[in-house]
Amino acid sequence: MAYYLQLIIGGLVVGSIYSLVALGFVIIYKATKVVNFAQGELVMVGAYACFALTVQMQLPFLLAFLCTLVFSVILGLALERLVLRPMIGEPIISVIMVTIGLSSVLKSLVQLFWGTDIRVYPQVLPSEPVVIAGLPVAPVYIAAFALALTLFVIFTLFFKYSRLGIAMRATAYDQQAAQSMGVSIKNIFALSWCIATMVSSIGGIILGNINGINSQLGVLGLKVFPAVILGGLDSLLGAAVGGLFIGVLENVCDAGAKDLLGLSGFKEVAAFVFLVLILMVRPYGLFGTHEIERV
Amino acid sequence: MELLKVENLEVVYNDVVLVLKGLSLSAGQGRITALLGANGAGKSTTLKAISGLLEGEDGEITDGRVLLDGEPVQGLAPEKIVRRGVFQVMEGRRIFQDLSVEENLRCGAFTRPSREIAPGIEAVYGYFPRLKERRRQLAGYMSGGEQQMLAIGRALMAKPRLLLLDEPSLGLAPLLVEEIFEIVKKINQSAGVTILLVEQNARAALAIAEHGFIMENGRIVMDGPARELLSNPDVQEFYLGIGGSGEKRSYREVKHYRRRKRWLG
Ligand SMILES: Nc1ncnc2c1ncn2[C@@H]1O[C@H](COP(=O)(O)OP(=O)(O)OP(=O)(O)O)[C@@H](O)[C@H]1O
Ligand SMILES: [Mg+2]
Repeated sequence: MAYYLQLIIGGLVVGSIYSLVALGFVIIYKATKVVNFAQGELVMVGAYACFALTVQMQLPFLLAFLCTLVFSVILGLALERLVLRPMIGEPIISVIMVTIGLSSVLKSLVQLFWGTDIRVYPQVLPSEPVVIAGLPVAPVYIAAFALALTLFVIFTLFFKYSRLGIAMRATAYDQQAAQSMGVSIKNIFALSWCIATMVSSIGGIILGNINGINSQLGVLGLKVFPAVILGGLDSLLGAAVGGLFIGVLENVCDAGAKDLLGLSGFKEVAAFVFLVLILMVRPYGLFGTHEIERV
Repeated sequence: MELLKVENLEVVYNDVVLVLKGLSLSAGQGRITALLGANGAGKSTTLKAISGLLEGEDGEITDGRVLLDGEPVQGLAPEKIVRRGVFQVMEGRRIFQDLSVEENLRCGAFTRPSREIAPGIEAVYGYFPRLKERRRQLAGYMSGGEQQMLAIGRALMAKPRLLLLDEPSLGLAPLLVEEIFEIVKKINQSAGVTILLVEQNARAALAIAEHGFIMENGRIVMDGPARELLSNPDVQEFYLGIGGSGEKRSYREVKHYRRRKRWLG
């Protein structure tokens, strides 16, 4: 039992990273209708940027963290401006191909600079576990979860109350009508890429602190699909819950399959099996909007 | 004094379809001007050319000028034109259905400083008390009339100098049309907003407008003070549905009018 509880905690922590990545994915999808297949690679780039700053340039971790955020904002702006904006108005399949291409380019760049070996971050938080309700939990887990939670609260408030946040939702609903309010669509697109790269980078940094990182990190981006489809492609809350759920599901199913059936490696497929099941029951996800049907 | 002057405007869609063919009109400062015409005449296109919203529809101004207070604004991005004080309420209301009423209003104030938002919202509720009752409701669940009120209220949040209204009566019951037009008049008088009103409902529009333009096929074919247009036999026949013999006529006969092309001469 305690073993499964540990798995659930571990699942929640990894799941909170999925949630962040899903958040980035959903923001881009909502605002620009682009399905971003490079979301996982953005995580990887963020993780390596922070790695370079802390380990190779010997900056203190907090400073490296902030610099990585600045870097990812710039990266987001650059990607939107140079890669995505020229694709506006092109067929959706072309845009998807471009994001797939982007993911390969980012991955190759990382391999070029850092090779394919596993890299580890220096220990930032103490490794001595804290005991919560009788269970030992690593401080880095707590920090990771708290950080993800904080980001979700911030973005929820941002979309609910801030001028730009409301404008982003308006743009997601009807671009031309938003334009008629004086909202610059280009700025909204750029902003959504900035946010998406930033939260992905944070996810990457958290991951770097928990596990090592390598150039296959981008595969994590695929886990985002079950998470967002579970939550509904256009729902922030859905992204959060979906991500956490997938994290836990993976761990628990993996252990369950091992214990009960003697199967190993179920971890990688559990999420996708579940995805298919969900789509059969609720095609718009658990929290996704049905269109309001009235005119 | 003319706040808006449109001179010989030509608009082409998709590089080939010429929709406006040298259209000229003007809207007097502080006045309501009506722009009337049959379906497909190019009324909405005219408004979008003024507000810059053609951009997203692969439409392009190929000739002519749009002057706001004497300054050319044609070809500017729509967000720049909004900041110059021109706001278009698009045909079909286009409210953000999955935002609440109040969030829709906040969107309207996107270009305004934050301190104007709360008093702005109160002012809108002053014109449309029904919106206040539904402030937290999702806009998509409101009736057509309420949505039109919201669309106009949202426009007021931007404190425009020139308000472009595209068929505010669309799909509304006659009583509601009257109510909305009265409020439009009130907005014009109390806030001094210049209004360019596009309408199918010529009678309602000419009742509140000072001046009217009638367009056909991408050009203005007639214009004059609203009172004169109302009593003009051609206008009566083709836009007010009163035939020469005094009986009602339908829009279907507009085709017949096109053949005659009396005003194109
Ligand atoms: N985005 C577009 N692309 C191509 N053609 C268009 C586009 N928008 C309008 N048109 C064409 O331009 C012409 C004028 O359209 P417009 O919408 O301006 O007419 P309207 O006077 O507003 O008509 P209605 O009273 O029906 O709203 C129509 O023939 C229409 O088919
Ligand atoms: Mg129209």
